[in-house]
Amino acid sequence: MAEYLILIFEDENAYATATPDVIQQVMEAHTRFAEQVPQKGGKIVEGRALQPTSTATTIRGDVVTDGPFIETKEAVGGYYLIEARDLDHALDIAKLCPARFGGVEVRPIMVFG
Amino acid sequence: MSGSPPPGGPGCGGGNSAGPGHDAGPGVQPGTVSAAVADAHRREWAFVLAATARVAGDLDLAEECVQDAYAAALTAWTRQGVPRNTGAWLTTAARRRAIDAKRRDAVLRAKLPLLIEPDPPVASSAPPGAGAGEGEKVIPDDRLRLIFTCCHPALAREAQVALTLRLVCGLTTVEIAQAFLVSEPTMAARVTRAKKKISAARIAYRVPGPAELPDRLDAVLTVVHLLYATGHTAPGGENLVRADLVDRAIGLARMLRTLMPDEREVAGLLALILLTDARRATRADAQGRVLLLEEQDRSQWDRAVIAEGTALVLWALPGGRPGRFALQAAIAALHAEAPSYAETDWPQIVVLYDALLRAWSSPVVALNRAVAVAMAQGPAAGLAQIGELEADGRLGAYRYLPAAKADLLRRLGQREAAAQAYRAALALTDNAAEREFLARRLTEVTGAPS
Repeated sequence: MAEYLILIFEDENAYATATPDVIQQVMEAHTRFAEQVPQKGGKIVEGRALQPTSTATTIRGDVVTDGPFIETKEAVGGYYLIEARDLDHALDIAKLCPARFGGVEVRPIMVFG
Repeated sequence: MSGSPPPGGPGCGGGNSAGPGHDAGPGVQPGTVSAAVADAHRREWAFVLAATARVAGDLDLAEECVQDAYAAALTAWTRQGVPRNTGAWLTTAARRRAIDAKRRDAVLRAKLPLLIEPDPPVASSAPPGAGAGEGEKVIPDDRLRLIFTCCHPALAREAQVALTLRLVCGLTTVEIAQAFLVSEPTMAARVTRAKKKISAARIAYRVPGPAELPDRLDAVLTVVHLLYATGHTAPGGENLVRADLVDRAIGLARMLRTLMPDEREVAGLLALILLTDARRATRADAQGRVLLLEEQDRSQWDRAVIAEGTALVLWALPGGRPGRFALQAAIAALHAEAPSYAETDWPQIVVLYDALLRAWSSPVVALNRAVAVAMAQGPAAGLAQIGELEADGRLGAYRYLPAAKADLLRRLGQREAAAQAYRAALALTDNAAEREFLARRLTEVTGAPS
């Protein structure tokens, strides 16, 4: 098994303006995802949601600035660290990951020899 | 015995040479041996590399070992004679090297299992690999694993193409760079990056399961077709056709047909390529000028190739909705069988284009359909459809749109508008032969050299 990080990129505005109903659906979708991963033969090592980019602080060199490292419409809003057999397996799992206002990026975790 | 088949059936060289080297006996001419090695390279590279990759667990190591094995063959075969089954000989030699290298680097390799093979070996529809000559045990045919790995959707299309040529066809980076008119360092970086992703992201060395197969196979077929199309009308340079790429693509399509005999789209792709390529000799005149379908000498089309392609179409079409390659091949077959351009079954071609648009919604298909409509219903009807495509905007940089439009305007006698469209097409093409054709037509409609 190898580790992959699923980065969830979504439009933050969509969440800011979402109705409680929609938020509820998103939470349920993530609960369902957590149940589906073991059924797929994978494992969630960890998964967290992040505060919006308006709360981010960036440091370049030693200059501290307000805001995210890169300003984009769709920003990382959460992540899952998963275990999967190979990329196809990881993608199979990541396809189930909720991201109704964007999409996900799958990155293999570096293994140091 | 000389009757044993080569390990992998057709390689991707596209050649039709006879089977693997017969026993030439000791003391053979060096020329004969180097020819046998070259032949084995063209025909059996993919088989040898694919089988070695599974043992090596690393594409780079596998490539190195296979190259060493081919180099060793030159001396060994000169001394001992050319083996009956060259592919099996090379595979055994390359795998032995891979096992030795892995033993040497056991610690390092244990930490870097670069090629993932999670599936237990399953019985596949592929024919068994090497003939069991000379006490060799049968080597499984892993070429499908290799090509599906090279064409994995997690790799960019240009990387899929480069890897396929490098690993499945055994071309050097220099050769691939030349074929695609990019610098050697650029192509080397592209190949290295792709290989790194295969190992770092753990792209598995396997044939996808039934659920994924249609999409994954489509990517493989697209790569092979792209190779053919690139060779068929070289994107730049002096010659219209780059024969080496065309031959590689035909070889790959034949290889896939051998390895996946039940897949209709594989048959469709091979048919499409064969039916298009049957016209190769007539696509340009003696001076290298482009000749349109209607100007080509149909008596020079390769009838044997057309017959083979047509038989494949008839096999690929029935049995549920045909795929895009089978439908394109069916259109090519109608052209190939028509006694002349005017006597082509244009209404039937329009019907096939309608089906093709349903299977594969593409503005390029819609443009080709517009040309068929022009033939079936007159240039004005075709022109109306081209107008819609222009408004759509997706074909803004596609040189064949203004070229097709120009041709219809010319037929309608609208010389000024036609000239304008020919100029637009000229501005979009770098192929010397095509430029010459467009300039010639422009002169015709303006009545003077522009």
